[in-house]
Amino acid sequence: MTENIMIKIVFFAALREQLDCSELQIAASEVKTISDIKAKLANKNEHWQQVFNNGALLSAINHDMVANDANVKSGDEVAFFPPVTGG
Amino acid sequence: MTYSTLPNVKISIQAQDFNLQDEVDLLEQDNAIDGAVVTFTGRVRNKNEGLKVSGLTLEHYPGMTEKSLEKIIKQAQQRWQIGRISVIHRIGQLMIGEQIVFVGVTSMHRQDAFAAAEFIMDYLKVQAPFWKKEVTEQGEKWLDAKQSDNQQAQQWDK
Repeated sequence: MTENIMIKIVFFAALREQLDCSELQIAASEVKTISDIKAKLANKNEHWQQVFNNGALLSAINHDMVANDANVKSGDEVAFFPPVTGG
Repeated sequence: MTYSTLPNVKISIQAQDFNLQDEVDLLEQDNAIDGAVVTFTGRVRNKNEGLKVSGLTLEHYPGMTEKSLEKIIKQAQQRWQIGRISVIHRIGQLMIGEQIVFVGVTSMHRQDAFAAAEFIMDYLKVQAPFWKKEVTEQGEKWLDAKQSDNQQAQQWDK
């Protein structure tokens, strides 16, 4: 498997700690949108399902904030994180 | 460290502290056309939501942070006649009273700089990927986002 048929998924802050995971890869052929990725990750186990049930989670593709229906493709970096609290 | 592809814009995500006067000097240096300099500095409070806070850790998403701040600054440049813009945000461990964030804007007349500085700060609060984890008397706790910050940012849409 080479990098370019995969999508890199990264997690931040409280979400990363809840999942005890900072990044993983999934095959691009298995998902079309952010919603698909969320569903796939939630399927992992009961704990991940609970975590991804949180409607407040934000998503980004290649450093741009996106909605659930945004399309993903191989080579993308997709991020999930809680609402931001900087400043 | 200091990042920007835009002219007259400084964006810096850094662990070390910053000196307010140095930042103001940078905004004013060789800049005789702008008569107004507005700056905002955010610091770590000793209390949050009723709990005593002894410090906090700031995490961010390298790459996206800089990109999101550039987007916010571009919007401000489209809305107001502004000259130079500086945004500094610290990351890592910070103690009570320490400076966290700096926004500085210059303009020919004060109204533009005042408005743009507030706009940049309001949008940074809800769009830039930073997260605070507080050390409180009840242990470490990730901060919850505030609905009031969203409302504050949405006011600019009106």
